[in-house]
Amino acid sequence: MNFVADLAGIVLGGLAAGTVLFIVSVGLSVTMGLMGFVNLAHGAFAMFGGYVIVLAMNRANVGFVPALVLGFAATAVLSVILERTLYRRLYRAGELDQVLFTIGLIFIFIAATVLVVGPESQTLQLPAALRGQINLGFVQYRTYSIFLIVFGFLIGFGIWLAFERTRIGAQIRATVDNRRMVESLGINVDRLFTITFALGSGMAAIGGGLGAEFLGLGPQYPLIYLVYFLIVVSVGGLGSVLGVYYASLLLGMLDFVLKLYLPQGGTVFIYALTILLLLWRPQGLFGRRET
Amino acid sequence: MSDAAIPATPAAAAAWLDHPAARELARRHRLRWWEALPWIAAAVVYFAFPHYLGFGTELVISILFALSLDLALGYAGIITLGHAAFFGTGAYAVGMLAFYGIWTEPITGLLLAALAAAAIGLASGLVLLRTRGLTLLMLTICTMALLEQAANMARDYTGGFDGLPSLPIAPVFGLFAFNPLYPNTQYLFSLAVLLVCFAFLRTLVYSPFGQSLTGIRENILRMHAVGSPVRRRLVICYTISAALAGIAGGLWAQTNAYVNLSVLDLDRAATVLIILILGGYGRLYGAFVGAVIYLALEHFLAQFYPTAWQLGLGLLLVAIALFARNGILGLGEQLWRRWRGRRAAP
Repeated sequence: MNFVADLAGIVLGGLAAGTVLFIVSVGLSVTMGLMGFVNLAHGAFAMFGGYVIVLAMNRANVGFVPALVLGFAATAVLSVILERTLYRRLYRAGELDQVLFTIGLIFIFIAATVLVVGPESQTLQLPAALRGQINLGFVQYRTYSIFLIVFGFLIGFGIWLAFERTRIGAQIRATVDNRRMVESLGINVDRLFTITFALGSGMAAIGGGLGAEFLGLGPQYPLIYLVYFLIVVSVGGLGSVLGVYYASLLLGMLDFVLKLYLPQGGTVFIYALTILLLLWRPQGLFGRRET
Repeated sequence: MSDAAIPATPAAAAAWLDHPAARELARRHRLRWWEALPWIAAAVVYFAFPHYLGFGTELVISILFALSLDLALGYAGIITLGHAAFFGTGAYAVGMLAFYGIWTEPITGLLLAALAAAAIGLASGLVLLRTRGLTLLMLTICTMALLEQAANMARDYTGGFDGLPSLPIAPVFGLFAFNPLYPNTQYLFSLAVLLVCFAFLRTLVYSPFGQSLTGIRENILRMHAVGSPVRRRLVICYTISAALAGIAGGLWAQTNAYVNLSVLDLDRAATVLIILILGGYGRLYGAFVGAVIYLALEHFLAQFYPTAWQLGLGLLLVAIALFARNGILGLGEQLWRRWRGRRAAP
């Protein structure tokens, strides 16, 4: 019985961590796939949204769900402003300028967070319904982790449905595949991108807030997890929701297990695996073509 | 005289050398008077500001590291965010050899550091340089993170997170010892190493090999089309760049007399990228200008106002990416041209 509980604990813990990674990174994958823009500052949006959610709950006593909505909306608006004013000037620039620009944005977000809120990290106060343990029949486990896994699955399923079944989803898929063709069909790719960018950043915000428990939420957040977000996106394949989902769960599980059993440098296996995967399939597991 | 004809006689060849295009090509790599300025400045610093020699040593090492990145990124267009992998390899090579008393002589130590880094550069370059864009960027980051975590894991040999302290480094030429309190030897030794590496790099980028790297950066398809062995050139370039970065790392370990995981982390890789782009990449002196400005700002601002420093750095990076894509030197060149144009116009 003990063995079952241990195994379930590892699997569920890994899945929950992976789900957080998925919620944060899915927007990055889609926007990168659409525009080929190397947006290293995606984690900064997740941090911004996470702070909005956590501070709204802790300081303004906003409820859990309204706080999530508020974080989503605030981050989406901020990202649209930045996209319209700054990002779009760099779509045709080289990767190097995009990297430099987004690293600069990360620094600005970090410094602004330290100045406005302070250098300490924030904790998420869970609503009573999500605290404590839940009995799954074969094992007792933390309610919040189970909630996250289910919530992430529903979000993933919802996004997948939106991608496969709606008009805008079809437009996004087409643009990832062949942007020029889509443009010549008269579809406004710029507007499409702005919408996707806003939704993706909003998702990242929710991930930042919900994941505060697993990833922590401090000013250095965008730098600490930068590599993980990029691994998830490049292994999953640019512009592929399913790919990001699998890659996130895989990375979350691996990270969880390795940190448990090999706390000293165990993550070496994650990097080795990523290198091998990318050499085998440079476009990622579910990527459509060579980028 | 027909431009396309190959000169048949020595006299015709001499006449050809007089051609404006030939003179322009020859002039490009001639030494100019202002190229002495960095070295004069370095000498002035040595005599005028003896208290800043520790800072000067750090500056010299940063310049060398940025130069090594410039060869890969600025000249060959290999976009990497993992250059600290080679800096760290060089540092750990020197550090481990010295710590276990195997090899403490500094000059040959640097050569060993270069060899170790070049080996890693060659091995990773052979597989990595088949990819481009985001995949390449990711692979360079992952290679660096892999080395960092491997060094973290092999704590019995590398000291893990704490690193290897108080490395015994033998005196240069058996005469000039590294003194942590008076870093005169460190400064002059680093400066000499920089001078040698810079002379090598300057020759390299103006050589036909260097020109072909620029060609690959500008138009890789055309270079393939004219039959240039693109991948082999890129791998060679990456290996040389790695070796130079290894020398910079080895110097860092020798002059600081310790080595720890910070030599392999993303921070260091990002910083050197920022330094290079700040100064201007794809030009030899960008690394000098970028390192001086970045380190001076960091040295005097970051201690007192760390948050303001980060905010300012962020704003600066955004501004450079948006408005001054060729860095400070590029901006200066643009202003200079405009000024000269205005003077010539009336």
